Amino acid sequence: MFDQLSERLQGTLSDLRSRGKLTEADVDKAMREIRLALLEADVNFKVAKRFVADVREQAIGAGVLESLDPGQMVVKVVNERLAELMGGSGRELAFAARPPTVILMAGLQGSGKTTATAKLARLLIGEGKTAGVAACDTQRPAAVEQLERLGGQAGATVYSQGTERDPVDIAEWALGQARTAGLDALIIDTAGRLHIDEELMAQLAEIKKRTKPHDVLLVVDAMTGQDAVNVAEQFAAATEFDGVLMSKLDGDARGGAALSVKAVTGKPILYASTGEKLDQLERFHPDRMAQRILGMGDVLSLIEKAEKDIDASEAEELERKMRQDRFTLEDFLGQLKQVRKMGPLSSVLGMMPGMGKAMKELRGASIDDRELDRLEAIILSMTPEERANPDVIRGSRRRRIAAGSGTNVQAVKQLTRQFEQMRKMMKLMASGKMPSPESLLRGQLGARRR
Amino acid sequence: MPKSWADLLDLGDRDAAAAAPSPEDAPKRRGFLRRLRESISTSREALAAELGSSLFETLDTAAWEQLEEALIMADVGARTTAEVVGRLEAEVEAGRVEGGEAARERLVELLAELAEAGRGTIDLRPDPAVVLIVGVNGTGKTTTIGKLAWHLRREAGLKVMVAAADTYRAAAVEQLGAWAERAGCEIVRAETGQDAGAVVFDAIAAAEARGCDVVLVDTAGRLHTRHDLMEELAKVGRVIGKRLGRGPSETLIVVDATTGQNGLRQAKAFAGAVDLTGVALTKLDGTAKGGIALAIAGELGIPVKLIGVGEDIEDLRPFDAGEFSAALVGG
Repeated sequence: MFDQLSERLQGTLSDLRSRGKLTEADVDKAMREIRLALLEADVNFKVAKRFVADVREQAIGAGVLESLDPGQMVVKVVNERLAELMGGSGRELAFAARPPTVILMAGLQGSGKTTATAKLARLLIGEGKTAGVAACDTQRPAAVEQLERLGGQAGATVYSQGTERDPVDIAEWALGQARTAGLDALIIDTAGRLHIDEELMAQLAEIKKRTKPHDVLLVVDAMTGQDAVNVAEQFAAATEFDGVLMSKLDGDARGGAALSVKAVTGKPILYASTGEKLDQLERFHPDRMAQRILGMGDVLSLIEKAEKDIDASEAEELERKMRQDRFTLEDFLGQLKQVRKMGPLSSVLGMMPGMGKAMKELRGASIDDRELDRLEAIILSMTPEERANPDVIRGSRRRRIAAGSGTNVQAVKQLTRQFEQMRKMMKLMASGKMPSPESLLRGQLGARRR
Repeated sequence: MPKSWADLLDLGDRDAAAAAPSPEDAPKRRGFLRRLRESISTSREALAAELGSSLFETLDTAAWEQLEEALIMADVGARTTAEVVGRLEAEVEAGRVEGGEAARERLVELLAELAEAGRGTIDLRPDPAVVLIVGVNGTGKTTTIGKLAWHLRREAGLKVMVAAADTYRAAAVEQLGAWAERAGCEIVRAETGQDAGAVVFDAIAAAEARGCDVVLVDTAGRLHTRHDLMEELAKVGRVIGKRLGRGPSETLIVVDATTGQNGLRQAKAFAGAVDLTGVALTKLDGTAKGGIALAIAGELGIPVKLIGVGEDIEDLRPFDAGEFSAALVGG
């Protein structure tokens, strides 16, 4: 996500960084590059123009050029401005003093409202709340069925009444039901509508009037272009939405639309959807995202993810084993599974400082989750003895393992060899000599150049 | 004269038993044309407002910049914009094009040339002709298929089969089922989670058995960055090739008009998995101008063939490069 934008900005800024002294012309050149990078990332034209003008003014005006390390200072300015553009430090949903908290979802057709509704329910349920979803998209064929299925999978109570009733009535009815059931939250899915469709916009305003939602979320497709701003302005006029949920941020979309919506309407991005699975919705942290774009990594998100997904006692046990050099392939398998719980490998690695650049170098190499499937298959084809002591794996065992895992002898050999290297590195780590992340990546994860 | 369905559909020696619009449809058709004018005029007005008529009279530095800005705001993209505006500027400077109205017309022409890359027709000559519809999530694949099925039956009297091969999204099959009913065409359904290739295989067999002329294949929306899903799509293409002894006669990528520069990446990635022959540009009834279609045509040589201009079943029509380009610059 935001990858290309990030790459381009990093390129431009590292140019500046390496300079001891900057002239106004240097800054101007960098600003032109930044403007182009922002436009290619679908940041709204006017927003990009203003952003660049602001950064330039600050960079040239505030004595930055005379400072000790002007390049670094410009980077700092860009970082701060970028975070500001995306909404400062993150904001939360407003929760009602008396439940249920009502959340109304709005957006264009195909922006991902129905999926986002189920994902949000799932996220709230994961936080220990109870949630219901109301199927008020009576327009798109089978939208109700889709929410019934996804909502059910998320563990939410689904309130649906088919497609014959008025969506406004369904919303009101669902609210009554949710109140009676004592749910913490009710999320209302609505039909996708064009921002210029007055009739449907009026209907949305009516649903809002009757259900008095605590939060109205506008779902915006991360791949949206320049029109995002028009859309957001129109929805703001009809419903005064409170925040944005950015969908489909898992592609290579540069998400400039998200930045622009915030800049133009002042409404923060609250959530970002990062995959097709129901649990792939995250709180959006603008400051962290800005750092990620600039390649400073997002260690905080990574730690939070790890805390959520990794079993603490298992991790401690693992650490002890690593220190004592008792780490086996069995442990490696466990570790592999833990890491995979955190999501696709590429998104996990993207959060690590310096890793953005390493990933770029490895592009064409497969940091591919299928590679991990293969590793798992190989280890699972080993006997417990072999897993504990890979040294015993020789010719005929290797052939058996290769056949059992549907791979080949080379792959088995490579795994055991990499495992050996990994143990060596762990010994180094235990003795306090930390290898670089890049070498860890190359050595351990089975990433092979294609 | 905008492009008609007869211009768009290449039926070969199939007898075009075009059903004449029945009388009770007539008022509905008038309504359709009105809506069409309205929907197109929204984007036209928007740009006309950006490009004041005086712009082409002065043609100074500020005017060129304003022109670039307008095209970028229409999602044409910085690169394609620079190319087109650069060419026009050169022609004006060389005195080959006058300022004023002539400059505007030349700009429309240049944009139209871009949009008219490649073969502009939809090839339905083979029997059955298989049309594969692909795209990222939420662009309107299923809706486009519903509308296309209706038009093929109505405009060319073709018997259409739709294959519900979106086996991933919950209720996608039901959604297509509802469209098939409206369009009055046959459908082969998949179970959620079933192999998409198998569904397509069945659909082609069923189409042959029931004498259908066209098979429209709906596939699951997928982000172009997901290698595994693109691989799966390539496999669907191979299944069709194996079953028919030839590839699909058309493979259309559905692109949402609100899509920004990412649309180019989408088209590139899909073209890597399947042999794209055209673009269906949807949701042009909003304020989005769909300039990304120009970038796709210009850079990848994949022409736009269909545009979606509304929510109703009749709201799909042949793409007309001249008209589209004129709308872009507010002509």
